[in-house]
Parts: sequence; structure tokens; C-alpha cells
Amino acid sequence: MVISEGEIWELLEGVFDPEVPVLSVVDLGIIRSVSIEKQSVYITITPTYIGCPAMQTIEKDIESRFADSKINNYKITTSISPAWTTDWMSKKGREKLKAYGIAPPQNEPDKSSLFAHPVIVPCPLCDSDDTKMISQFGSTACKGHYQCNKCKEPFDYFKCFR
Amino acid sequence: MTTKEALYKYVLRLGDDSLILGQRLSELCGHGPILEEDIATTNISLDLIGQATLFLEYAGSLSNEFKTNDELAFLRLEKDYLNVLLVEQPNGHFGDTIMRQFLFDAFRLPLLTKLQDSKDNTLSSIAEKALKETKYHLRHSSEWVVRLGDGTEESHHKIQESLNTLYRYSHELFFVDEADVLLQQEAIIPELDDIKSQWSQTIKDVLEMATLSLPTNNWKFEGGRMGRHSEHMGYLLAEMQYMQRTYPNMEW
Repeated sequence: MVISEGEIWELLEGVFDPEVPVLSVVDLGIIRSVSIEKQSVYITITPTYIGCPAMQTIEKDIESRFADSKINNYKITTSISPAWTTDWMSKKGREKLKAYGIAPPQNEPDKSSLFAHPVIVPCPLCDSDDTKMISQFGSTACKGHYQCNKCKEPFDYFKCFR
Repeated sequence: MTTKEALYKYVLRLGDDSLILGQRLSELCGHGPILEEDIATTNISLDLIGQATLFLEYAGSLSNEFKTNDELAFLRLEKDYLNVLLVEQPNGHFGDTIMRQFLFDAFRLPLLTKLQDSKDNTLSSIAEKALKETKYHLRHSSEWVVRLGDGTEESHHKIQESLNTLYRYSHELFFVDEADVLLQQEAIIPELDDIKSQWSQTIKDVLEMATLSLPTNNWKFEGGRMGRHSEHMGYLLAEMQYMQRTYPNMEW
């Protein structure tokens, strides 16, 4: 069977983050490369957060997706450098996050400046800018916990990571 | 001592710092003082254990005795762990947990920043990755030091006591022996002078905002870097190693 790199990317569009099931691994920006050599598929993925338990599930999901498509010759390599950043998340992914009720990453200044004023995160539900941070750490490593002062709804914020 | 032996020791030291502090923080899972902090401390724990995974995986590739990161994490004896004494200190009350974290994070941030320039590609990649998470950790611990220090009379008193106790362990973060010197000469790891001055500046700035003062007592504890641990370490290891010792080679 001859398969193209484009078809592999398409297949990967159908593998989703188990914790944020609207985002595909392609939207998330963790697929760093896809290549085909001598009918073998080579994929490089990069972890979001090192300790993120979703990474193992994602790798297994890619494997079963390949098995479903009768792709047997492949190698998945994990690379940590260059380190993943939310800047690699696709525009489509950001829109899907918001529609799902998670505020997408905002353009934040470098975290190493302590006590900088927290960035404004618009409410994904009512679009108000009047929101507050409840905690920098939320239900998963990639999310913070916010609340909207206008509609009062709590929401997750996919933290800017760079 | 060869470069490889020195590197093994150094990578173990960094990995053990992450592992043991990660293990300590994981004890708070379900026991945090408030829900948000329960989640925050366990998130930080997860990040640290993730860092330990990378460091110990690398250490395993440099070792003749231990092959995998799991073997290194779970099957060594107490004297073979090389973490600083600071990270094995008990969680105590929340002020103790936060102060221990703050002293550590304030060191890790400049260390990892410099380590990105390491001539060793694996070390520089791990540093690059871990640095991003560490920025969040330092911000979190700093904010709590200020909130507790500049909070009520009771919270101020309690975290000042935490500082008085834990500051004596912070000196060991700057421990240097022949392994470090060798690696510094080969530009594999950074010199500590700049890192120490950045650390001192962060401590000074945050303590000032928190209305806290550095203890005048100059007593310093060390030993962890050479495998000599405090009485708390055995209990921590007993819990951490239990599953692997009881069911050898088990995997999740």
C-alpha cells in the first residue's frame, strides 16, 4: 500500500487529546514532523508538559489509528527540543477550544517577571473582559482556573506556555 | 573521575531533587488546605516528577548499574539518593510547604536558564523544557510567600518560622564538588556565581514584599548531595518504593 504524508496528517487530525477532546494532536501542535521513507512512516511528537499523563494515551491512540488504517511500518519518536509552546496551537484549534468553553491561550508576557499584572482572559461564554484568575493551576497541567465577573460562570483557561 | 561519571552524578542530583520534591508534594493530593491549592501542589508535583523522568532516563543511559529511570527512582538505597536535604523536609503546615518550594524554585529558575546553554544536548533540552514549567512554579510560590508574610499576624509569624527553619537548608543548593568543577570546566554545567546572586535577589525582593526577614542564625545543614540524609528520608522512600519493592517489575 502506498500512502502519502498528506494522508498521514489527515489521519492524525482524527486523533484527539483525551483531556481536551475537541483538539486533535495536529491542532495542539505536538506533531513535529511526518515523513515516509521506503514505505515506513516516521513521526516525531513532542510532549506538552513533561509529566502530562495524556501523552501516553495519545501515543497509543496514534498506534490504534494506524492499525485501523492497516499501517504497520511506522516509528513514533518523542523529542523534547525545541520545547512545545502554545504558539504552535493552530488557529482552528483556538476557535474549537473557545466553542468548547475553554478560553484559548492569550499573548502573555514572560512568566519570569514575578508579580506582573495578570493578562486579561476574555470569558469564552459571554466574551466579557471582566474576569478574574482563581488559580494558575486548573484541572490539568495545561489549564488555569478563572471566573467571569459578568456572567459569574467559572471557566478553564488554556494557559499561554512559552 | 571521568566526564561521564561526573555527568551521571550531576544528572542524578538534579533528578533526585525533582523526584523527592515531587513525591513530597504528591502527599498533599486530597489533603491541600483549600481545593485550589490541592490542585496547584499536585500539578507542580506532576511537573517535577515529569522532570525527574527525563533526568533519570538520562542518568540511566550513563549508568552501568541501573538501566531505566524506574530502577533509579525506586530501587536505590537511601545513601544513593543525591537530592538536597531541603526537598526531603516534611510538608509541615502550608507555610512550610510554600517556603520550601519558594527557596527551591528561586534557585531552579536561574539554574535551568543557564543550563540551556550546556554543551551537552540532552541536558540543554531538558533544561529548556523544564524552565517553562518552573516559571509558573516560582510565580505561584512567590505569591503565597507574600500573601502569608504580609497577611495576618498569625500567618506572618508562622511563615517567618518556616523561613527560619528552612533557610538553613538552602545553602546546600549551591553545593560544589569535584564532579561539578569538572563539568564546569567543560562548559557542560554553569558556574554558580551568577545563579547565586540571582537567587539572593529574588529572595530579597520577595521577602521585602512579604515583610519577612532573613534569619540571623548562620547555621547550615548539608549532606544530601553526598547521600547523607535527614531522618525524614527513610519514611519517604518506604512509601515511594513500596509498590516496586513488593511487586518487582510491576508497571502501570
